[in-house]
Amino acid sequence: MKALSQRRRHPFAGVALLLLGLLITGGLYAAATTINEAQASSTEDYSSADVDEGERLFVANCATCHGINAEGTDNGPSLVGVGAASVDFQVGTGRMPMQMHGPQAQKKPPQFNDEQTMQLAAYVASLGAGPAVPDDEYLDVDQGDPARGGELFRINCAMCHNAAAAGGALTEGKFAPSLHGVEERHIYEAMTTGPQNMPVFSDANIPPEDKQDIIAFLKTYESQGTPGGFSLGSLGPVSEGLFLWTGGIAVIIASMVWLTSRSS
Amino acid sequence: MGEHGHGDPNEPGAVIRAGEGDPGRYAIADPGLPPHRPRLADEDPQVAKRSERQVFVLFLLSIIGTITVFVAYFAIELTEDLQMLRLQNTLLGVGVALSMLGIGLGVVHWAKTLMPDHELVEARKPLRKESERQEAEKIVGDVLEESGIKRRPLIRNTLIGAVLLAPLPGIVMFRDLDQSDDFGVERMRHSLWDEGVRLVRDPTGTPIRAADMTVGSSMHVVPENLRDVPGHGDRLTEKAKAVVLLMRMNPDDIETVSEGREDWTYDGIIACSKVCTHVGCPVALYERHTHHLLCPCHQSTFDAANEFKVIFGPAGRPLPQLPISVDDEGYLVAQSDFTEPVGPTYWERGEK
Amino acid sequence: MSTHTSESPGAVAEEHRPATRTGRIADYVDQRVGGTSIVREFGRKIFPDHWTFMFGELALYSFLILILSGTFLTFWFDPSMSSTTYDGSYAPLQGVEMSVAYATALDLSFDVRGGLFMRQLHHWAALLFVAAMAIHMLRVFFTGAFRKPRELNWVVGCSLLILGMGAGFTGYSLPDEVLSGNGLRIIDGMIKALPVVGSYISFFLFGGEFPGNEVIPRLYALHIMVIPALILVLIAIHLFMVVIHKHTQYPGPGRTETNVVGYPVGPVYAAKAGGFFFIVFGILAGISGTFQINALWNYGPYDPSPVQAGAQPDWYIGPFEGVLRLMPGYLGDFSLEWLLPMPWGANNLALPVLIPMIPVAVMFLGLFIWPWVEAWITGDKREHHVLDRPRNVPTRTAVGSAVATFYCIMWGMGANDLIATHFQLSLNDITYWSRVLIFVGPVIAYIVTKRVCLALQRKDREIVLHGNEAGVIEVLPHGEFREKHSRLNDYELYTLVAFESPEPSGPVPNAKGKVTRTEKMRASLNRWFFEDRVAPVSREEYLEALSHDHHEPHDAGIEASASQGQVGARHH
Repeated sequence: MKALSQRRRHPFAGVALLLLGLLITGGLYAAATTINEAQASSTEDYSSADVDEGERLFVANCATCHGINAEGTDNGPSLVGVGAASVDFQVGTGRMPMQMHGPQAQKKPPQFNDEQTMQLAAYVASLGAGPAVPDDEYLDVDQGDPARGGELFRINCAMCHNAAAAGGALTEGKFAPSLHGVEERHIYEAMTTGPQNMPVFSDANIPPEDKQDIIAFLKTYESQGTPGGFSLGSLGPVSEGLFLWTGGIAVIIASMVWLTSRSS
Repeated sequence: MGEHGHGDPNEPGAVIRAGEGDPGRYAIADPGLPPHRPRLADEDPQVAKRSERQVFVLFLLSIIGTITVFVAYFAIELTEDLQMLRLQNTLLGVGVALSMLGIGLGVVHWAKTLMPDHELVEARKPLRKESERQEAEKIVGDVLEESGIKRRPLIRNTLIGAVLLAPLPGIVMFRDLDQSDDFGVERMRHSLWDEGVRLVRDPTGTPIRAADMTVGSSMHVVPENLRDVPGHGDRLTEKAKAVVLLMRMNPDDIETVSEGREDWTYDGIIACSKVCTHVGCPVALYERHTHHLLCPCHQSTFDAANEFKVIFGPAGRPLPQLPISVDDEGYLVAQSDFTEPVGPTYWERGEK
Repeated sequence: MSTHTSESPGAVAEEHRPATRTGRIADYVDQRVGGTSIVREFGRKIFPDHWTFMFGELALYSFLILILSGTFLTFWFDPSMSSTTYDGSYAPLQGVEMSVAYATALDLSFDVRGGLFMRQLHHWAALLFVAAMAIHMLRVFFTGAFRKPRELNWVVGCSLLILGMGAGFTGYSLPDEVLSGNGLRIIDGMIKALPVVGSYISFFLFGGEFPGNEVIPRLYALHIMVIPALILVLIAIHLFMVVIHKHTQYPGPGRTETNVVGYPVGPVYAAKAGGFFFIVFGILAGISGTFQINALWNYGPYDPSPVQAGAQPDWYIGPFEGVLRLMPGYLGDFSLEWLLPMPWGANNLALPVLIPMIPVAVMFLGLFIWPWVEAWITGDKREHHVLDRPRNVPTRTAVGSAVATFYCIMWGMGANDLIATHFQLSLNDITYWSRVLIFVGPVIAYIVTKRVCLALQRKDREIVLHGNEAGVIEVLPHGEFREKHSRLNDYELYTLVAFESPEPSGPVPNAKGKVTRTEKMRASLNRWFFEDRVAPVSREEYLEALSHDHHEPHDAGIEASASQGQVGARHH
C-alpha cells in the first residue's frame, strides 16, 4: 500500500490512471457490445397494444407447441430470447405455424399478414432480448459489394445452399432451401437467428455490412440471369447429365431413326 | 448343323458346330431379300419434285443460319449486362444449329428420297486364305532365319536386355515432377498451426474473440500466419491443411471428452480440421442443433459433440480436433498444431 | 475418276486423258497416291443400315466437334496456376484473386465473343461423346457383335471409353474453380489411399502437396495432347478393323454370315453419314445455345476452404462418386480403416476408399475380357457376322442388364443428395437402401431380364406356329368364340426362326482322355449359360402347325394365310 501511495504522486500516475480507465471501459464496452450486438433488440419499437395483440395471436395459434408463456414444450422450443427477427422470419416465410411435424419446417404462403406478424414479433421480443428485425439501411442491396459478398457467400453459405443458391441436402431429410426469391429481410434474419439447424451468423461473426454484401451478391446473381441459357435448376453436373441422357439423347435417337428409316 | 431342341431340356444335345448354308438349318429356308418396294418419289415425279424443293429449303435455312451467326457475332456488343451475352449465345447457338441442321437434314433427305434405295449385297471375303497364310508363314520363317536371331543367342539376349533397359531413363526422368525441398511424407504431419497462433476468419483475416462466437454459430477459420506465406499456390497448399471449422455449442452439450483433451475446448467453443478424413473434401455443413457435420461430397457425418466421431458415411476416422485456448487479449489461439495428420488417410500415416 | 486397271503405270499416263478439269486433277492425284484402289475399295462398300448402328458414328462426330471447339478454346485459355486479379466483365468476381487459368476461363465466357458458346459446345459434346460410346458399347454387347473376329476391336473400344472418361475428367479440372478443385481433391484422397505408393504418386502428380502450383498445366498437357492423340490412334485402329471385318448385320431374310446387305458408301451411305455429322453438330449447337452448362463463374476460384452443396462430377464419373458414397466407413463401432502393425509403427489401409475401387476394377476388367469368357463358356469358336437378337441369348442379356443395374445404382448414389432434396427423402435412408440394393438389384435385374427374354422367345414361337392375333373375334358354328390369327409371311417368319439355341454340353475330355477341373467348371458355366432355353421352331413343328391349320378347314382366316407359308418352298 505504501508503495502505491508513493507512486500515485508520480508525474505519470495521472496518465497511467487515465489509460487504465480508458482500457477498462473500452474493454468492457467492447465485450458488452460484441455480446449484445446481436441482441440489440428491445421492446421499445413496439407499442404495448402490439404486444397485447401479439400475445392474443400467440395464445390462439402458437401456444399448443411453444407453451402458453412461450416457455416451450416437448413439441416446440422455448421462444424466450429468440428475438423479433426469429418470429419475423419463421412466420413471415410461412414456416410457422408448422403444417406438420417433419425433419424441418417447410416454407409456405404465410398465414398471418404483415401487421399480425409484427404483433407476434412484438410479443416474443417482449419476453426476452434477441435479434431484432434488421434496419432497412442494411437491406439496400445497391449499397452492398457483390464481389465481396460472393466471396463471403462461397465460404460461409455455399456448402449448404449451393454455389448458385439453389439449395442442398442435409442429414436425415433436412435440407438447406434455395435462396432464390427470398426477401432481403428474411435472408438477413436467417443469418442472425439461425433457423432450424442453420448456424447463427451473429454480427460479431459477419458484421451487418458483410451481410449486406452477401444479400447484394444474391440479388445481383438473381437479377443478372443465366448467360448460357436455361439454367437446368443450377444444380450442376447432375442436372446437366440428366438433361443430356433424356432430352439430348432422345432428339439424337429420333434423328437416327429418321435417318435410317425408309422413305415412304 | 444347329441344334434344334423342342423345348425339352432333357433331350440330349450336341455342341454347336457351324454348318453354313444348310437349307435344313431353320424351320424355313432363307427366302432371300424381300422384293424392293418403290418409294413415292420413284414413281411420281411430282413427289420427287417436292422432295427436291424440301431439300432446297433446308439448304436455304442453313444459309440463313450462317447469316444469323454473323449478325449475332457483330451486332451484339458484350458488356457487363449478362442479358446481352445470353442473347448473343442463344443466337449463335440457334444460328449454328440452323446452318448445320439445314445441311445435315437436307443431305439426308436427299439421300433418302432421291438417291436409289436398292439394298445391295456384298460378299464377305474370308480374313485369310490358307494358301496365303502358308506363304506368310514361310516369309516370317525366312526372315527369322536370315536375321540369324535364333542361331546367335548371345547378341539376341543382349539386345533384349538393352531394349528392356532403354526406356527406364524415361521413367526415372519424371522424378523431378516433385522438386520440393521437403520431399517426403513427413510434411503431411505439419500444418501452420502452432502454439499461440491466432484463429482468424476466412476470408477477412480478422482475429476472433471468444465472445464473438454466440452459441450455435460456426465460423470458417484459418491460422493468422497463413497470410505470411508467399505465393498464391503455396498459400493454398498450406491452407489445404490448415482450414478449421470453429463452432460454439452449449458446454453441457459436449458429451465425450477423452483423457488429455479436457482443455482443448473453450467454454463450448470447439475447433476441428475441415478436411474430411475420407478423401479430403471440406466438411463444412454444420447443423447447430444436432451438432452434426456433413461432408457434401460423400456425406460422411461427424458428431461434434462426441469428438467428431463418424456417425454416418464412408469416413473411417474422426476429424482431427484443434486444441484451442484464449490469449491475453481475449482472442482465440491454437494450443499446438494438430496432434495427428489432417486429411485423407495415406499409407505412411501411422508410422512413427 | 479413272478406274481402269492397266498393268504398266507408264501406259496409264499415255492411254488415259481425262476430259474435264476435275478429271485431270483426280488423275494427277491418283497417279501419285493410288486413289484408284481406294475408290475401288470404298466407293461401293456396303454398310448395313439400322439406327442402332449410328452410335459409333455419333461418338466419332462428337469427338470431331470436341477437337474443333477445343482448338478454339486453346487460343484463349492459359492453364497457369499463377495468381492474378480478375478485372473482366463479370461483376460479382471483379477484384477477386484467382489463378490465371480461372481468369482466362472467365474471359472466354464473358469477354471473348462466342467463347461462352464454344465452351458450352465443348462441354456438351464431351458429355455426349462418352454417352455415345457407352450406348454404342451396350449395343455391341447385347447383340453379340463382340464375338469372333471382333474381340480385339471390342478391347480397343473399351480402351476408348476409358480414355474418353480420362479426357473428360482432365478437362473438367482445368478451369481451376471450387467444384473441379474439390474433384481433384477427391482424386488426391483416392490416390493417397493406395498402399505403399499412394503418397508418392500424389506428390508427383501435384508437384508436392495438394494442390501445389503444377497440376493444372500437367492436366492440360494430358488433356489437349496425350489423351486426344491416344484416342485418335485408337479410333484409327478401330475404324481400320471395321473395314477389315465389314459391318455386322441384324438377322433377317437374305442376310447370312457370308454377305453384307446394305447401302453402298457412294452415294447413299456417304450422304447419310456425312449428313449425320451436320445433324449432330446442329443438335449440339442448339443445346449449347439454349442450355447453360458448367456455370463456372458461380463456383469461384479454387480455394481449399469452400465447398458447395451438390458437389458432383460430370455424369461419367458419377458412378465412381456414388460407390464412394455407398461404402460405410464403420461397421458398427468397428472402423474399416485398418492399421497394419509394422516394426516402424503402423501402416494405414484405407479400406473405405479401397474397397469401392474393387467392384469398379472388376467391372472394367470383366468388360475387357468378356468376349473370351463367353467364347470359353459356350465353346463357340466360329466367326459371327449376323447379330443376335438380345432375347435369343437370354443369359448374356441378363448378365448385361445385371451389370448395367449395378452401374446405375452407383450412378444414382452419385446424385443421392439431389434425389433427397427433390423427392423429399432422407439422404441417409437413400444410402441405407442403396447399400442393400447394390447387392439385390443386379440379382433381380438378372432374373427379370432372363424371364423377359424367355417370354419374348416363347411369344416368337407362338407367333411362328399360330400367327398373330388379328384382333377379330369369330363365332364358330358350335358357338365357340375365338380370335382370328393371321400368319406371317416368309420374310417375317425367317427372322423369328433363324437363330440357334444350343443345349448345354457336358465336359469334354482333353487329349489324355481326362476331364480337368477347369473343364468341369467350364461345363457347369456352360450349363448355366444354356440351360434356360426356348428352342427355335423346328421344321417338323412348323409343318405340324401348318397341317393342324389344314385339319380345321372351317377356319377360313388361318387357311387363307397359311397358304402363303409353304415352308419356305418358294425361293426368291
